[in-house]
This record gives sequence, C-alpha cells and structure tokens, in this order.
Amino acid sequence: MMKAADLAAIRAIITRAKRWDLFFSLLGILSLMVGVLTFTVLFVDMAIQGVPRLSVDFFTSFPSRRAEHAGILSAWVGTVLVMLLTALAAVPLGVAAGVYLEEYAPKNWITDIIEINISNLAGIPSIVYGLLALGLFVYYFGFGQSILSAGLTLALLILPVIIVATRESIRAIPQSIHEGSYACGATTWQTVSDHILPYSSAGILTGVIIGMARAIGETAPIITIGALTFIAFLPTAPFAGDPPAGLFDWIFAPFTVMPIQMFNWTSRPEAAFTVNAAAAGFVLVFMTLAMNGLAIYVRYRLRKNIKW
Amino acid sequence: MKLQTGVEAGVEGAVLKADVRELDFYYGAFHALKRVSMPIHDHMVTSLIGPSGCGKSTLLRCFNRMHDLYPGNRYAGGGIVLYPDNTNLLSPDVDPIEVRMRISMVFQKPNPFPKSIFENVAYSLRVRGMRNRSELADRVEAALKGAALWNEVSNRLDELGANLSGGQQQRLCIARALASDPEIILFDEPTSALDPIATASIEELIIELKEKVTILIVTHNMQQAARISDFTAYMYLGEMVEFGVTDQIFIKPQKKATEDYITGRFG
Repeated sequence: MMKAADLAAIRAIITRAKRWDLFFSLLGILSLMVGVLTFTVLFVDMAIQGVPRLSVDFFTSFPSRRAEHAGILSAWVGTVLVMLLTALAAVPLGVAAGVYLEEYAPKNWITDIIEINISNLAGIPSIVYGLLALGLFVYYFGFGQSILSAGLTLALLILPVIIVATRESIRAIPQSIHEGSYACGATTWQTVSDHILPYSSAGILTGVIIGMARAIGETAPIITIGALTFIAFLPTAPFAGDPPAGLFDWIFAPFTVMPIQMFNWTSRPEAAFTVNAAAAGFVLVFMTLAMNGLAIYVRYRLRKNIKW
Repeated sequence: MKLQTGVEAGVEGAVLKADVRELDFYYGAFHALKRVSMPIHDHMVTSLIGPSGCGKSTLLRCFNRMHDLYPGNRYAGGGIVLYPDNTNLLSPDVDPIEVRMRISMVFQKPNPFPKSIFENVAYSLRVRGMRNRSELADRVEAALKGAALWNEVSNRLDELGANLSGGQQQRLCIARALASDPEIILFDEPTSALDPIATASIEELIIELKEKVTILIVTHNMQQAARISDFTAYMYLGEMVEFGVTDQIFIKPQKKATEDYITGRFG
C-alpha cells in the first residue's frame, strides 16, 4: 500500500520534471513565431502597399516609364514560361538521377563521391550557376539571352533538390515492399516503374515544388545570363505572326521575369514605382503559395491510396 | 555429413524436389552458412527451426536469391540443385529472376503492395507478361481461392490490400505467391506477426497447399513445425545439426543438441 507521503513526493517530482516540458514548448513557440511573424509582417506590409495597385490593367500592361501605366505582363508571362522549361528539364533529369542512385548504382567509392557532391551542389551560390550558364548555354551552345537559357539555368539550380527529394522518398518505401516486388520475379525496371515511382511520387512532387518555389524567386543567375529589365513585347506564340512562328520559337525569345521586374522598379526614385514593386511582389508570393497549395492537394490525393 | 533423405528412409511418396549441397554463405566477412546440406521433398512441408541467428532465414533466402539484392553477400561454395532439371539455383549462370519466377516467397510481415487486392495477386502474373483481362481474372480468382481468401474479398477486389486484417493480408500475400504456379513457396516465419486465430488459419492453409506446391518454412515456433511439417531441419550457428522426418525429430532426435533445443533446455 502506497503511503500518502510517498505519493506526495512522487507528485512533486512529476511537477518539477514537467517544468521542462513547459519551458521547451514556450521556447518552441517563440522560435516558430520569429519565422512566421517576420514573414507575416513583411507580407502584410507588401499587401497593404501593393494590393490597391492590382487591377486587370496591371496584369495586361507592359512596363512603362509612367508608373501608373506600367504592368507586369511581360514579367509574369516570362516567369511562367521559364518555370515551364525549368520543370521540363529538371524533373526528368532529377528523378532519373535519383532513381539511378537508389536502385541501380553499384555501391562503391565513385557512387559515394557523386552522392557527396550532389549535396554540395545544393549549397553553391546561385550566381555561380548564372556564370556557368552564361558561358555554357548563352555563348557555347548559342542559346542567347533567351527563355531557354534561363529555364536550363534554373533547372541546374534545382536539380540537386529534386535528386535528394527523390532519393528520400524512395528510401521511405519499406524494404519489405521492395523485396516483395523482386520476390514476384520483377526486374529492377519493373520494380521501379510499377512500385518505386508510383509510391514515391508524392514525395518527389513535394521536392519538385520546393525546388520550383526557390527557382521562381531567383534573380541573380537570371540577371547574369542577361535577362532584360525592360521588355515591351511577348514571345511570339506558336504559329502566330508572319511568316508563322514555329512551335518552339518562343524558347529563344528575350524575356524578363517577376523578380527582375520588381528589382527594376525598386531601383527607381519615384515612389509610385515602389508601389508597383510591392504589387508585383504580392503577385509573386501569391504564385509561390498557389504552387505550394497545389502540391499539398496533389500530395494528399496521391497519398490517400498508399498505406503499408 | 551425409543426411538421409526421405526417399532413402522409405517415407511413403517421397520424391526429391531440391537438394542443398554443402552450401557456404557469407554476409561480408561473416560466415553465416557452413557447409549446409539438406534435401527438400516434392509436395511436402519442410520446416527449418533453430534459435535466432542460426541461419535458417539466411538459408531460406538463398532459395530465391534474395541475397543478390544486397552488396557484400556471397555464395561461397556448394549449391542448391532443383529437380527434375538439375539446375543449380546459385550458379552465376542462372538469372536470379528466373529463380524467383520458379520459387516464390511469403514474408514475415504481410507486405501487400499499396494497390488493389486484385492487382496485388495479378502482379506476379503481370511480370510474366500476362495481359489478357479474362485470363488474369481467372488466375487471380483461382489463387485467392487457393489461399482461402476468395469468399472474404470476392465483392471488393478493387479495395486496397492494406485495408484487410493482418491475417487476410498474409493470405493475400500467399495468393500472390501462389498465382504464378510456382514449384516451391518459401515461408519466412509467416505467422510471427499474427494473432493465434489468424495463425491457425495460415497453418491449415499451408497443409492444404502441399497438394499443389512444395513448401519450405522457417519458423521459430516448434509446435508449429510439429503441427504442419513432414520434415524438419534443426540448425544452429550456421550449421545443419539434424534433418529428418518431423515425428522422428520431435520424438526421438538423434543428436543431443536437437533434443536440448526441442525440450526447451536451450534456445
């Protein structure tokens, strides 16, 4: 039989021990708030400044010397097209590289060196990618200061992110599923295409979106390869114009993107341009959030049918 | 050491299906199987028993070349000969995929794919190139009936395999292993993650299955080995200690070590 005094002592110990729980949860909330609040303040400030400036005209006008007539048409079209090429280049390359490293690569020192370097690539400053791309894509391959050059540059930039995300989500598949597939007599490719890719697609998609969200805001490498800051025309749509443009002529067009347009406006002395920059910033953040929202939704749909 | 096969011992209906011959196996530097020999009899249940780490699962996973999936594993001598065609399963000339097409496996923990019940069973047929829908449907139904699961799932073949209970999931995995009409099915402690009722139904199923297929089962449950198997092999520290007809192993073991393990004095 427990004595009353002992019980009181145990309770005192528990109360004392639980103080650390309280302390840590407060610390955690505080750390969380530093990040969340900072972003919220910045975003709300930008929204207050920029949102009143948003109108249909803002999205359908080219940049102009007069702030009230200036819009982001060439910038958002440029951003969308560059992102499209980035995804088209980075997703197949990144996923293929990740699958190769996890499922096919022999376990030896060459593979180890490649693995270490992929993590290192993720840490290289983006301007360095810009310089590489200037030499390689713009001059050596002769793609010029085009949407194609920009898309490929950003693809290189986010490739490590996609490779790492692919490998992580493949590793999250239980070994027993892996062995189960091989035990049925599947080849490595059958295992990859019937099991590994379908079950890891949600995780891979998350990595792709994280990478894209990083790429959409990149300015330095895009400036390095020579994106123009003032573009008052759109790339020619496929089959438009006279003589008609080819299906892929637009990828060689000069372009600008949202962050460059913002950067250009913030460096103007007139206050009205600062408002434009805030409005463009709001649109850019909204584009990023929309992408993340889409990713969360698709991930939810994909994961619903995956249980082990 | 030469083991007496069931054929030599005059067991009724005993025909050899496979023969493990002085097999050595290494995990890196660790000598996991030491000159292991044992016969496998056609349409019989053979149990592998022994304490944890004795090499019984290692031996089982040699039969479908599961060890080939991981670097550092090495078959270092001897082999497993499959009859009647006298193929050495461990020969470097034999493709492990060919081996796995002939010998299927049921794992310790039920591992249905996150696909529908139908697709789980159909998968072992799909990797064999079967595309015809009605043929697939017939074979899946036959396999599910063979695994005593058809009555429980016939009206929900489109549901996820993971929605079934643990015992049903394991029977689904048995159906998957059975669908391709294998020569041998390997069971790696198939009931260790299941409750007693599900265990009983799996045991009953294994006894029924030997009509169709040869069975090799690893179990850490000696009563289970005694209940379901025709032959039993006792392994210890990577060596084959004793092999024989189950009744004989459990009632009158030839070796002191086997007797100690079976009577619970050791292990």
